[in-house]
Amino acid sequence: MRHALIGVSALLFSTPALAASGEAVNPWVALAYLIAGVLFILALRGLSSPETSRAGNRYGMIGMLIAVVTTLVTHDIASLPEIGVAIAIGGGFGFLMARKIAMTDMPQLVAGFHSLVGMAAVLVGVAAYLNPGAFGILDGAGEILTVSRIELGLGVAIGAITFSGSVIAFLKLNGNMSGAPIMLPARHVINLGVLTAIIGLTGYFSVMPTADSSTIFWVILALAFAIGFLLIIPIGGADMPVVVSMLNSYSGWAAAAMGFTLGNTAMIITGALVGSSGAILSYIMCRAMNRSFISVIAGGFGAESGPADGAEKIDRPWKRGSAEDAAYMMKQAENIIIIPGYGMAVAQAQHALREMADLLEEEGVNVKFAIHPVAGRMPGHMNVLLAEASVDYDKVFELEDINSEFAQADVAFIIGANDVVNPAAKTDKSSPIYGMPVFDVDKAKQVFFIKRSMGGVGYAGVDNEVFYMDQTMMLLSDAKKMCEEIVKAL
Amino acid sequence: MDFISTFSIFVMACFVGYYVVWSVTPALHTPLMAVTNAISSVIIVGALIAAAAGSQADGGQIAKWLGLVGVVLASVNIFGGFAVTERMLAMYKKKERK
Repeated sequence: MRHALIGVSALLFSTPALAASGEAVNPWVALAYLIAGVLFILALRGLSSPETSRAGNRYGMIGMLIAVVTTLVTHDIASLPEIGVAIAIGGGFGFLMARKIAMTDMPQLVAGFHSLVGMAAVLVGVAAYLNPGAFGILDGAGEILTVSRIELGLGVAIGAITFSGSVIAFLKLNGNMSGAPIMLPARHVINLGVLTAIIGLTGYFSVMPTADSSTIFWVILALAFAIGFLLIIPIGGADMPVVVSMLNSYSGWAAAAMGFTLGNTAMIITGALVGSSGAILSYIMCRAMNRSFISVIAGGFGAESGPADGAEKIDRPWKRGSAEDAAYMMKQAENIIIIPGYGMAVAQAQHALREMADLLEEEGVNVKFAIHPVAGRMPGHMNVLLAEASVDYDKVFELEDINSEFAQADVAFIIGANDVVNPAAKTDKSSPIYGMPVFDVDKAKQVFFIKRSMGGVGYAGVDNEVFYMDQTMMLLSDAKKMCEEIVKAL
Repeated sequence: MDFISTFSIFVMACFVGYYVVWSVTPALHTPLMAVTNAISSVIIVGALIAAAAGSQADGGQIAKWLGLVGVVLASVNIFGGFAVTERMLAMYKKKERK
């Protein structure tokens, strides 16, 4: 034990002699990886505005090329043809997917990609464990360095969680699995137990002799796969923006952990960037729902359907409108604000909606789009769909920028959104969505609400006062069909 | 590199990430996720090392194949991630009003 402690402190505070790896020796190689890391920073920096974003993406590509080429030229490659084939297979497949994927399916694609990063991290970690000499992480006595073992243990664990969690997220988003939360009994106890076990075993793994450690290593890996699965199954569909961001973050931390093992600056910088990016996105999403990260991750939201006020609901009077009514009234309007939600994505209504907006603009109507941060199934989902339908991004506004304008709006046109316009979030303290920032559609002179039927409620399972307001007209139909009918009527 | 140097780089990069990501416009959050996906596949570096190493050690042969599979997975992400980001970003444009 004393020996191990001395070992740890020696490793933490001195430079281990890395005989096997040339990376630490050649400053040009380190510099190349650093440049790759800086190019990745610039790639994210470019996204601060649509004008600079494409240049940013190119920087990212160049950075990746530098990282790959540097690795290939500085290691003795015993298997270049195999590597070439592997890159061609993976690259070709990825490129085709990227070309073919429908923009509405972007959340699934991103979740799928996360799972691959997670799996790649696991494979690299396992390979480093099996062949530590090649990674330069052996000490003089042929043992894997203690600090490397901690990195390996954490790296494969985070990678495995990213993988299995993302697979579940993918299946839920893709509709292969019900979006409804699946609740196991005592799941909090199980989850905490497994997490504690992973951390404890990683600690144990770091101090035991390498030769005896393989069982522990595989157990850590298996538990991590299990916990990723267990963590995501109780989380419902509309909380997916948080989940996808969180897994994005994890994939970054996994890459960073592997970067530590390899002493590779590009991987460490990238891992830190991606890790913080995903964490910030999760935070933004949680804030936009006024829920804590813990409550989202604990899951189960939206599982229990609305309480016993169902009877009262039936009696409430509401008005039904037709496409002609909507077309007529919107033509007369001066200012219209359109609020798209996940329903628009499901119905693929973005093109029909843009056509409608174009026709209204030709009539001299001022049309704006208002997007809630959690609209859709991933951050920025609605923005991409509107961009796909070639809506000018100058006409698309975020919640806090446009919310004061509803008082001057003649029409609020709600298409496929529900909870984000529910005034209960402002007034009803007992509502599960109380405190969530919502659009003040009740201030608009006229509200059109496209919804498939009066039966369903939003994700939060609460009734929406907006349905019953005097100025509201319900347009009960498929979102795409309704937009097309309005276009015809215009 | 020793642990403290790499850890310093890591901490600094977290701060850089924090400030850079807050400056990303919310309209581009989906492309942000796609591009972070692509760049986190820099983990391909580790997979390449494993695949290149050949079999000096006992586990080397298995490690080589694991590395090759890792290269395939990371390549899907790199090409797919950058291509889909490019495709999305090309859609964000201002229309010329006649």
